[in-house]
Amino acid sequence: MSGTYLGMPAFPKAAHGAVHDSTLRGNLRHATHTIRAKRAKAVAEVSDWAELREAGKRIKDHTLRHLDRYLVRLEESVTAAGGTVHWAADADEANRIVTDLVKATGESEVVKVKSMATQEIGLNEALEAEGIRAYETDLAELIVQLGKDRPSHILVPAIHRNRGEIRDIFTHEMGEWGRPAPEGLTDTPAELAEAARLHLREKFLRAKVGVSGANFMVAETGTLVVVESEGNGRMCLTLPETLISVVGIEKIVPTWRDLEVFLQTLPRSSTAERMNPYTSTWTGTTDDDGPRTFHLVLLDNGRTDTLADEVGRQALRCIRCSACLNVCPVYERAGGHAYGSVYPGPIGAILSPQLRGVTSEIDASLPYASSLCGACYEVCPVAIDIPEVLVHLRERVVEGGEVTAQGNKVVLKPAKGHAAERAAMRAARWAFSRPGALRTGQRLASRTRRLHPRSLPGPGRAWSGTRDLPALPAEPFRDWWQRTHGGRDGAK
Amino acid sequence: MSSRERILGRVRRALADVPADVPSDDSPIERGYLRAHGDSGVEETTDLLAENLADYRAIVHRCTLADLPATIAGMLAARGAKSVLVPPGLDREWLSAADAEQVADRAESTPHELDQVDSVVTACAVAVAETGTIVLDGSPDQGRRRITLVPDHHICVVRVPEQVVSSVPQALEHLDPARPLTWISGPSATSDIELDRVEGVHGPRTLEVVLVG
Repeated sequence: MSGTYLGMPAFPKAAHGAVHDSTLRGNLRHATHTIRAKRAKAVAEVSDWAELREAGKRIKDHTLRHLDRYLVRLEESVTAAGGTVHWAADADEANRIVTDLVKATGESEVVKVKSMATQEIGLNEALEAEGIRAYETDLAELIVQLGKDRPSHILVPAIHRNRGEIRDIFTHEMGEWGRPAPEGLTDTPAELAEAARLHLREKFLRAKVGVSGANFMVAETGTLVVVESEGNGRMCLTLPETLISVVGIEKIVPTWRDLEVFLQTLPRSSTAERMNPYTSTWTGTTDDDGPRTFHLVLLDNGRTDTLADEVGRQALRCIRCSACLNVCPVYERAGGHAYGSVYPGPIGAILSPQLRGVTSEIDASLPYASSLCGACYEVCPVAIDIPEVLVHLRERVVEGGEVTAQGNKVVLKPAKGHAAERAAMRAARWAFSRPGALRTGQRLASRTRRLHPRSLPGPGRAWSGTRDLPALPAEPFRDWWQRTHGGRDGAK
Repeated sequence: MSSRERILGRVRRALADVPADVPSDDSPIERGYLRAHGDSGVEETTDLLAENLADYRAIVHRCTLADLPATIAGMLAARGAKSVLVPPGLDREWLSAADAEQVADRAESTPHELDQVDSVVTACAVAVAETGTIVLDGSPDQGRRRITLVPDHHICVVRVPEQVVSSVPQALEHLDPARPLTWISGPSATSDIELDRVEGVHGPRTLEVVLVG
């Protein structure tokens, strides 16, 4: 994935800094709690939410199970509608394709619709290296780009910034990129949005090349769908002469009709609205309306490796609504940057280590960036069992085993630093299969409980560094049961 | 080997565990959800449309076909619109009472020229009551996508009851995917700054919907 995140420290280290940043925590708490409450209300309006969720899950599973067929069909229908389809096995290839396409137009700047796929591949940096300037046009992405910052949320990437910080970024940075911020800019959201409108309008009106992702691609018709609020998406999708869309191969739905499910569940789950202000759909090119040239770049970049994992493949159902971020107690405190990936929060904790593999320190730590409380699964509109995948990935990190990397089966070694965990698991297995030893051990532990330290010594120190050790009861449960029930049913 | 073959090969190998007897029809999906929420008549559906449009800060007007020219003229005058974009197939009668200079939707006009126009009047393809959404499909009475994007004021006329549906599933049935579609729910908006909703970022800041019939 993107070079932006190379060298990121593992999650516990990154989160440690974030939880002590009171501005950040305040911004995050305000945002996640606001949207959480709104979403619950929007979902409650729809009486068949459970059925919509189930249908969304089934459509996505069905698509993934026949992905080769749907990809070929999509290619046929996009081509028939006047578009050109390109295939990119990884980030480098996708970046090369887009760069060559932009160069072929003779342009040296592009306007961009907010897109997770292009962030994932580090497209802006790749274009920059070839002398092409990419302008982010979503307000939050603009704030992030001007602030030389990184996005911290899937839907609202500048969620970690408050209005005062945004005012300062606009005042200091807009002039570097084009039209400067108005004199005496205040920090009211309306004035800040107006400054962004003026700054970006000159770019929209002259842009010859637009770059986007897509929320959905319909195999049957070759239609692409972009869901947005501000109209910057519409600007980028319709004003330029050339449109290049970079889309992950998992974003397919089989039929036009399938959109009826996701156009109901996505807006309510993400922005907590009945419908987002703008949805654009286009099928190839249309004479005299919108771009004359349309290129679709189908991106793998780890998706087929994820597909090869029987438990983990459900992460590919994700429609990037970000509901799981807003309910996650860990995300709320650690913030998006700690995840070291463009996909933060619970979905990022299962998606990033699968797309990138668990070999780096940050990726090996991500499956642990969770309390396994299950709130993410509850809100997921396509019912991804995130806790199940987290536990599965933890096992992979600790035990190693066979995985698919870049299309090849490889055997992953157990991660270093988990020796104590493996030893503890082995000891537990031994004790639980020997009731006598377990009883003796429990009694011993209870009787010595006043002597127990508050943190663990040796290799256990890392574990207890972020947790309180559970207090032991004065008496093991089995002894208490024996004493109060006399070992007989009903007898007290 | 091309990347196309490489990716398709990886997909097939990744799915080696999937039993061959899984049905591979296009849509074997069980659809337990509703086609529409509630079974309401024309009057109720139109009221719901008006209510949901207004909830997302669109300005809603209702009138008869006979009153439409006066209604549109009033809206343009109230904003002081000097010029108005007109799609080629729009019923000329609708603008018969308006004073604003009429600007044709031409393929060769530049985005900068569109930016100089004050307002735009269009028809629509369908309107969705449950979500408060109007959908444009680029038909001659709606024009190119950009004319409802660049000017700051959009007036959209919805014919009641024939263009009003209850739900998203019903709307999709009415629409042709081969056409470029724009679904509009309220004016342009952002919630990117502390999740405070601000209307009007890049699209029209004012959306007025006229329900006619």
